[in-house]
Amino acid sequence: MPLSSRHLLGLQNVPKEDIQLILETANTFREVLERPIKKVPTLQGKTIVNLFYENSTRTRISFELAEKRLSSDTINFSLSTSSVKKGESLKDTIKNIEAMKIDMIIIRHAAAGTPLYLTKICNANIINAGDGIHEHPTQALLDMYSLRERFGKLDGLKVCIVGDISHSRVALSNIFGLKTMGAKVSVCGPSTMIPRFIEKLGIDVIYDIDKAIKENDVLNVLRIQLERNAGGLFPSLREYAKYFGITRERLDKHNKDITILHPGPINRGVEISSEVADGGNQIILHQVTNGVAVRMAVLYLLGTLN
Amino acid sequence: MNIILKDINLFNPVNNIDMKNTSVLLKDGVIAKIGNIEKKEFEEAEVYELNGKYVLPGFVDMHVHLREPGREDEETIVTGCNAAANGGFTEIACMPNTTPAIDSAEIINFIKKNSANHLVNVYPIAAATLGRNGEVLSPMAELSEAGAVGFSDDGAAIKTASLLRKVLEYSKMYDLPVIEHCEDESMADGAMNEGYNSTLLGLPGLPSVSEDLIVSRDILMAEYTGGKMHIAHISTKKSVELVREAKQKGIKVTAEVTPHHFALTDDALKTYDTNFKMNPPLRTAEDVNAMIEGLKDGTIDCIVTDHAPHSIEEKEEEFQYAPNGIIGLETAIGLTLSELFHKKILNLKEIVEKLAINPRKILNIPIPQFVIGETANFTILDPDAVWTVDISKFKSKSRNSPFDKKLLNGKSVGVINNKQMFFNDKFISI
Repeated sequence: MPLSSRHLLGLQNVPKEDIQLILETANTFREVLERPIKKVPTLQGKTIVNLFYENSTRTRISFELAEKRLSSDTINFSLSTSSVKKGESLKDTIKNIEAMKIDMIIIRHAAAGTPLYLTKICNANIINAGDGIHEHPTQALLDMYSLRERFGKLDGLKVCIVGDISHSRVALSNIFGLKTMGAKVSVCGPSTMIPRFIEKLGIDVIYDIDKAIKENDVLNVLRIQLERNAGGLFPSLREYAKYFGITRERLDKHNKDITILHPGPINRGVEISSEVADGGNQIILHQVTNGVAVRMAVLYLLGTLN
Repeated sequence: MNIILKDINLFNPVNNIDMKNTSVLLKDGVIAKIGNIEKKEFEEAEVYELNGKYVLPGFVDMHVHLREPGREDEETIVTGCNAAANGGFTEIACMPNTTPAIDSAEIINFIKKNSANHLVNVYPIAAATLGRNGEVLSPMAELSEAGAVGFSDDGAAIKTASLLRKVLEYSKMYDLPVIEHCEDESMADGAMNEGYNSTLLGLPGLPSVSEDLIVSRDILMAEYTGGKMHIAHISTKKSVELVREAKQKGIKVTAEVTPHHFALTDDALKTYDTNFKMNPPLRTAEDVNAMIEGLKDGTIDCIVTDHAPHSIEEKEEEFQYAPNGIIGLETAIGLTLSELFHKKILNLKEIVEKLAINPRKILNIPIPQFVIGETANFTILDPDAVWTVDISKFKSKSRNSPFDKKLLNGKSVGVINNKQMFFNDKFISI
């Protein structure tokens, strides 16, 4: 059964069957990644453009690797938003790229809604690699894949997303995806970083990190963007680390086997201590490996749809 | 030239005129006779058979952004006036956020000169502070003498309470209103209403409390100074409540609302269509209901468009980067009749008050009386005309309307003012 959409813009309203299909397909590619020759000819002849309007190292590399391992032709196009604003419009850029006969665009952009806009002005398959503080669906898919790998299922799993929920595209995609898959989702962070009405999504809001640890199987710890401190969302990094940081001590206090995810890059000593980041609870590097497999699955499913 | 508007319903609540199936004779644009028109006069005049359409005092839009001087690619004084006439307005007041801002008598004179021969009268609203910078008072006495009908730093609220106090005190000498864009500057960096929808769409929010804070401040300052405060484009439930209470206390405060704020909610933003991006942003259904209540009970005095032309390329930017605002002159009357008249929220008298009488009272401009010898200033209305909005037919130079292809019920079929008539898509001298 194919995917129900020819784009991946977010996980809101993506049916369970689609998510399942992506995760199942990723299993196959995960196996490919363990082979000595990590390449399959599946997307040979397809041209994929990685259009990154925001700095990103790991997401772009992960997509690029996924594309190359599927034997597609890959073009990287990185622009900084500020220079774009003065120059060519997004529409003109897209029209020009499309005129070069490409098949798929992976877009990362600081403005929410940009991937949807692309679907209206060009015919390529569009994959959202992060739009503003809206969605980052492939990150959530690889998080779910990693959890399924660890727990064997997502249904009934208790997952708490910790950190700056207001400014996180990872949080929203995870909430949508995990809810669809039957997990019980909560968020935890300083109240200034929890968006209004988030509980309407059917999730719990927790302000006490110890309670979050106690009640959950998984913590998905978000990166605290250091400049948020300047925005006055919390008093200091020290205070954040003290009251919301995940430390060995804190985990030991609850004497509990909890799984830690982190989308990276990590601020050691802020949202997570080095001991935890390198310790036995985390599956952070699994996430990175799985990211390539999940993105291969998405590219394959969309690229062979037409 | 003699023209007769035949078989009309002549209606003007100001003088309790409500005449069914009558006719009006205009000689050179001046009202010469109402009813009792003789056969000979019919033969000598150009007769417009209007089949029961309403002839009303010309409508006024007291919140229009003409982009001249500065952005003539988006709208000029003349194209803005053409759009007004096409939409059913005979008079408009234009906001001072041009480049340069309307902060000198020279700019007022420039606007008057460029609109002098038009059917539509243009009343400039001057900047409250020099260059709208929020630092120094604009030359308000001189601006008032040159013809300013109010003061506003629209686009933003007057920066500080101390400056607002001075603006209100100074404008009081000339009995002119201060028109406020109510928004707290420190919370003004969002792209849509803050709420459940902004969370789902990942767009930075503009909280309703940001408007409420400035409405509160402005009401308190109007009370303290005794000045006249007019709340521009009110959009939140709380602000309507604040204005209602203030009016009950006798504070000199009035308010206006745009058709989009009583016709749409922030659910419309789900497509990230930049033609739904404006400031104040579209709010929730609860707020829309409060607008309707405010219109019904008189808390909201008038309906304005906040006509804000923007070029196609600017509105094609990413949602967060695209400018705020939509054009409204050519859809306002259709939306008002569809949403308020046909849904039995306001009757015709109330609509005429909100579109023709109250804005003139607020700006101290003459109200058409419909007496013999008066230059005709009419909006001819067909409340039952069903039509489809077609932005390609707009007279405005810009196209940024979210209402394209929308089916509306009721429209202006023509306007008369300054010895000119706009009818059947043409301007003619009468």
